[in-house]
Amino acid sequence: MYGGGYIFDEPNKKQLREEEQHDEPEKLAAFEERIAKGEKIEPGDWMPAEYRRQLIRLIEQHAHSEIIGALPEGTWITRAPGFKRKLALIAKVQDEIGHGQLLYNAAETLGKSREAMINDLLSGKSKYSNVFNYPAETWADVAVIGFLIDAAAIVNQVANAKGSYGPYCRALERICYEESFHLKQGHDAFIELATGTPAQKAMLQDALNRWWQPIMHFFGPPDKASSHSEKLMQWKVKMASNDDMRNQFLESYVPKIRELGMTLPDPALKKNEETGKWEYTDPDWEEFFRVINGGGPCNAERLQVRKWAEEQGRWVRKALMRPTEKRALPVA
Amino acid sequence: MMNNAAISDLIIKMADDELIQGHRNSEWTGLGPVMEEDIAFSSMAQDKIGHAWALYRILHEDLAGPDPDKFAFLRPEKEFKSAHLVEMPNGEYDFSLMRHFLFDHAEAIRYESLQDSSFEPFRMLSKKVKGELKYHTLHANAWLMQLSKAGEESYHRMQQSLNDTFALAAGLFEASPEHESALIADKVYPGEKELFHRWMDRIYPLLVQASLNLPDMKTITPVYGGRQGFHTEHLQPLLKEMSEVFNLDAEASW
Repeated sequence: MYGGGYIFDEPNKKQLREEEQHDEPEKLAAFEERIAKGEKIEPGDWMPAEYRRQLIRLIEQHAHSEIIGALPEGTWITRAPGFKRKLALIAKVQDEIGHGQLLYNAAETLGKSREAMINDLLSGKSKYSNVFNYPAETWADVAVIGFLIDAAAIVNQVANAKGSYGPYCRALERICYEESFHLKQGHDAFIELATGTPAQKAMLQDALNRWWQPIMHFFGPPDKASSHSEKLMQWKVKMASNDDMRNQFLESYVPKIRELGMTLPDPALKKNEETGKWEYTDPDWEEFFRVINGGGPCNAERLQVRKWAEEQGRWVRKALMRPTEKRALPVA
Repeated sequence: MMNNAAISDLIIKMADDELIQGHRNSEWTGLGPVMEEDIAFSSMAQDKIGHAWALYRILHEDLAGPDPDKFAFLRPEKEFKSAHLVEMPNGEYDFSLMRHFLFDHAEAIRYESLQDSSFEPFRMLSKKVKGELKYHTLHANAWLMQLSKAGEESYHRMQQSLNDTFALAAGLFEASPEHESALIADKVYPGEKELFHRWMDRIYPLLVQASLNLPDMKTITPVYGGRQGFHTEHLQPLLKEMSEVFNLDAEASW
């Protein structure tokens, strides 16, 4: 997981816009030409200040989403039923943390340290995908997250992997490769419940009903309401529109859900055969913005857990930074 | 003719330690002091739980024991044979790290001894596990050295956690009186007393290198009881949590 389609923007963009105006026009033209030709931009290359800022924002939020995203599923590791599920879930959540690490590294190439990014996460300045502000209440939630939210993230990340910034694209390629295994383990757990006992099916249906709106929110507000897409698309920071990605997800996964005999809690959800597009009831976008701004059921809890981990681990990080004796470790 | 009851007893002791230690390691996922340690503890959790699974499968396949999932997830607390060391909550990172150091060296010594076991499944498993444990002990040693030499707070924490865990770790080598002599005579393994001495020989120079003081052996009483089904207050809640979903319907496929 877990880059959502929506990139939260910080309120202080005015100052940075002014910096952007200092970008030299010839360099900017050459930069945009390189992107148009499909070249990758690398860390040492010239780039507009706004491009750098947007990328940091994007990659940082993606990284935060990975490590916060580990929490709802992580609470089920100790409860996973049976060895097979337990081992798969630990491996999966471990991968997500590893993705966070890769992405923080990619963002660091743009000049913001991991520590600064984590501090911004903890202070609430920097956001993460909204979907992790909802609780994972039952084992079926783990199946729904592993199958559908990983699937949604793959739609987004496969698109972004074709973007213009080299380090981010390379991180995403590896991430997508691992995500496709996550999707398989999620799908497998999902099928097991969908074809299981009546109680297992009911548990899964309940989880689907609760997660459907957060999943529809996952790709971000409708294109008609999305403000800063055009430049980002020209610079290949954003590779597909929110509505297009949402439609692609629905096209691939609604049939897979329905063929297992499960239903989705939107009576209007259907494919318009003429336009080839999916139609649905607009999810509650006020709820979306309320949750982004801290009002979701788990926002406080998620940050509290991260803060606890940061505080508990402070002495360890301090010890890593100032060892009184340097010692070469064996590299096996 | 092998003494199957004795071998089963040894397998259950080893497997239960691995399962519970793996459970504890997995609790670090998402909460480590640095992301790299989240990943390390999750990775070791998978290995430990994998070892437990392999051992329960030996019990099932070679000794006509029960189904591994049911045996691990539904057994009453009293029938577990885990040592108290692994049952203890994670505490802070210093406690977890010192436990990891002491436990993993004990585990490594045990599996090394099984390379010469008269019981073939042990020989096979020890070959597979050896490569994994090499990295677990490397990880433990590297962090032990780093944290013991990184300023006052860090050093004192490491010494304190050694004081807190040592008697518990010595309890890993609790023999089962009714089976021990048969296992040694049949050359299944060299026995707990011998493993304890090998373990001490392994960890002592490392602790010295880290400038840590081993607690006075005259004052140490190994914490026994786990192998006989007497557990800390921490095991029951752990097992309840572990079996929460499985227990919703133990006959269903999950």
